[in-house]
Parts: sequence; structure tokens; C-alpha cells
Amino acid sequence: MSTQSTIYLDYASTTPVDPRVASKMMQYLTPDGEFGNPASRSHRYGWKADDAVEEARSHVANLVNCDPREIVWTSGATEADNLAIKGVARFYKSKGNHIITSKIEHKAVLDPCRQLEREGFEVTYLDPNEGGVITPEAIKNAMQENTILVSIMHINNELGTLNNLEEIGNITREAGAFFHVDAAQSTGKVDIDLSKLPVDLMSFSAHKTYGPKGIGALYVRRKPRVRIEALIHGGGHERGMRSGTLPTHQIVGMGEAFKIAKEEMESDHIKIKAYHEEFLKEAMKIEHAYINGDLNNKVPNILNISFNFVEGESLIMGLKDIAVSSGSACTSASLEPSYVLRALGRKDELAHSSIRFSFGRFTSDDDIKNTLSILNKVVDRLRELSPLWEMHLDGIDLDTVKWNTH
Amino acid sequence: MAYSKKVVDKFENTLENPQAFNVGRFDPKEENVGTGMVGAPACGDVMKLQIKCEPKGNTHIIKDVKFKTYGCGSAIASSSELVEMLIGKTLEEAKDIKNKEIVDALELPPIKIHCSVLAEDSIKQAIEDYESKQ
Repeated sequence: MSTQSTIYLDYASTTPVDPRVASKMMQYLTPDGEFGNPASRSHRYGWKADDAVEEARSHVANLVNCDPREIVWTSGATEADNLAIKGVARFYKSKGNHIITSKIEHKAVLDPCRQLEREGFEVTYLDPNEGGVITPEAIKNAMQENTILVSIMHINNELGTLNNLEEIGNITREAGAFFHVDAAQSTGKVDIDLSKLPVDLMSFSAHKTYGPKGIGALYVRRKPRVRIEALIHGGGHERGMRSGTLPTHQIVGMGEAFKIAKEEMESDHIKIKAYHEEFLKEAMKIEHAYINGDLNNKVPNILNISFNFVEGESLIMGLKDIAVSSGSACTSASLEPSYVLRALGRKDELAHSSIRFSFGRFTSDDDIKNTLSILNKVVDRLRELSPLWEMHLDGIDLDTVKWNTH
Repeated sequence: MAYSKKVVDKFENTLENPQAFNVGRFDPKEENVGTGMVGAPACGDVMKLQIKCEPKGNTHIIKDVKFKTYGCGSAIASSSELVEMLIGKTLEEAKDIKNKEIVDALELPPIKIHCSVLAEDSIKQAIEDYESKQ
């Protein structure tokens, strides 16, 4: 089956490249385009490519209201997270060795923290509240004399929940620690004003905002200045923070995508919010459906729902004409349900039953209607197949059953 | 997903046409019914298998089977595959069914072998329950 007949509701995983972005990128690859190396100082091929890179840098800076000189290109948000976390920790290790993060961060934050633990750093992994939010109080309580870095995501990728950057940043400022924010899910979804926010480092990705995969950026504050130790050496590009020839076409793509994001954030938001409301209203008519994440503190493009008595992977298989993702163990190699849902304190069976729907710029009215109708049908059928649903209908409390675990 | 076409087809056919694939229940109190239920919701899969038998000579034969499964696609496909293997078999033959047969029939990927083990456990338990009533 062609992917074109499959409804795409997995925008939080990746977005298609906006055709306007793709056509701009095409101008920086071929012999008749500006294919030069932006680091070439001796001819116009290089100068033109450099101009394009700097224009793209301004578009990125403009979306989040910072100085273009504070933007460092990376291969994506994963590298930006690594550069921020390892870069700050290793540069400032003489000042302290304690880092604070949360249990619901992306692996691109958790795995660098694990690595730093192996290097002798001490890391505190905070629990979210039951709504999937990291409270400023939790940060405050975890602060130590030797805390050098706090890394907390802006929008959670599985739940869509929002953390309060201003309040958390004020706490880290006061404590003299640096504040890194993974904002891979934020650009084009919510306003970010780095001229006002007390944030020192922020990671961005192009491919969650209709740009290409393989490019991202790290914001590194100049005033007060943040120093980082580079991860990649070899030519001193990006003021020594990230060496390597700049991929002009990728950078131009990210710049164009972020420029469009700035122009269309409001219209995208209005449309997606309407889809969210419709989807929520209809999906909640299904019995024993539960929203994961605080509805009053989340973005509308991500909706994470557990359908009790139905296992998530079978639901995804049943929804074969819809592209969504699941917190279910069975979709991954680990056989563990989503660590994010577990951290919320959800029962394992609800974690096993969760599906993430995420909407985007190219989602249509028909996509929403068709998905809701298929979803209703498949949940019904899987419940007809489910011994747990049968027991529930018989009035058996599943918590009192003694299971034959294997 | 590294599923074979066999798993996907079995799952989809069972979902589309549950009655034809023996989804359902017998009254567990009936004397000629044996029930097995294995797994746990927290682990992500629960299989319930019921056999309806009648005596034949000096043994018993499985006349009909019903099942319900909560679990991933391959758990549902494994139960459905097992059910097809059971009908018409004597209890002795049914006891001899090994999870490997389900693995082979569905070409289950290694990470999903536990689904076939669960299926094997469910028939063992159902037979035990049936025999305890005789």
C-alpha cells in the first residue's frame, strides 16, 4: 500500500518538509545553484553560501528573539542536547558536578546525563507531577550548592505538556546554575522570547517544524555568557563550538522553515486547536478513554490517550491506515511501556494502552473525521477480543484478580 | 514493524471476523468446558482460552474452542493460530503442541516468542481445568 493512502497523525515524530522549504533547498545543491562551501573566503561561491547561511541564522534567531550570533548549527536537536549538556558540564566541572533533569526528558537528554554519571557527575532525575509537568518547586527542592546545570524540556514529546520556563529559569539564575531547554517540539507551536526568558541554552530541530532532517541548532547565550566545551573538533567552525563544513542546503531549509513558522504560527495554531477540540470531544465519547497529560497545560498539536482494556500495539495495528505512535512496550524492542507514562504514575496497563495522535499543518478535516470513525470501530473490535473488557463488563475489579504472570 | 505477512493477516482477519475465528466465551461452569487464562495486564498481554470436549473411546476430543486475548498483534495472532490447531485433537495431542509450532506457522520475530509461550501455557491450563472436572 502506498503511504499516500495512510492518514499521517504523527507530526510530533517528524513533519514533512514544506514544499516551499524544499524548493529553496534545491537552490543550494547543483552546479547552477549556490553549492559553495560557506567557509571558502577566496571566491564568490563561498561568499554566496555564507550569505545564505547567515540569512538562515537570522531567521532562526528571529523566531525565538535572540541574537543570530547566539545560534550554533548542529546536526539536529540530539546533537544540540549533547553539546549543551556535556559542553557545560565539562567546561564548568571545577565549579560543581551536580546536574538536575527530569524522568520525562527525551533520550537525547537522558543518555548524555547517563554518560556524565559515568564520568563522575551526579544527576538528579525529577518526577513530573501527575499531569506530566515539572514543577518549579521540584527544581527548587533539588538544587544543591554544587548544581551547575538544569536541563528541562519545554514541551514533552509524548504528552504535549508545557513546562514553565520563566519560573524554572528564575530559580536556576538565583542559584547560579545554567538552564538548558530542549525545545525540539516548541518552534512554530508556541511563542519563545529569549530576550526575556531566563534560559541559557536551548536546543532546536528543523524536522519537527517542516524543515529537513539532519539539521538543528543550539542557542548559546552571550550575555551573561555561557561557555561550552566542543564535542567535535576540526576547523573551528561555529566559533569553535561545532566544527565541520556547514551543510548549506540543510541550513537554508531550517532557516526557511523557521521563517514560515514565524509567519504562520498563528494560523497553524487556530486550525490545529480546532482539530484538537473536535478530536478530544469525539474520542472522549469512547468509554474508558483517558487523556495523559494535563489538558489545561499542553499544546493542542499533541494528544495522548489511553483506551483501557485495549493494548496499544494491537490498536496501532488495527489502525493500519493511520500513522500514529504508541507508548506501548510492544512497539519497541525493550518490552517496557513508555517511561514517560510510567513516570506520571499511570498504571502499567494504561501505559500499555496509550496512543499519541499529533496534528500538523497538512492535517485536513477529513483526516480527523476518518480517524475518529476508524478509531471507534477498532477500539470496539479489540474490546470484543479482550478478556479484560469481558471481565470489566462482568463487574470484576481487575485490581483484585490474581494474575498468572509469566 | 518486523512482522511477517502471516501475523498481519491472521491479526486482521481475526479482528475483521471474530466469530469465524472462534472469538467468544463458553460458560466456564459447564462440565465439558476447560478454561485457561495466562498473562497479566501489567505485562501487556492476557490470553483466555476455553475448550469444549467430549469423550471418545478412552480419551477426550476437543470439539470447539473459544478465546479472547488482550495483547499486541502477535499475541492475538498466536492465540488465533493455536485455536485452529486445537479443534478435533485429542487432549493428548493438544498437550503435545509446542510453542515452536506457532512460531514457525506465523514466522514470529524473536522478540515475540513469548507470545507463543503464552499460547502454549494457555492450552495446558485449559486442559488441566477440564481434567480436574472429569
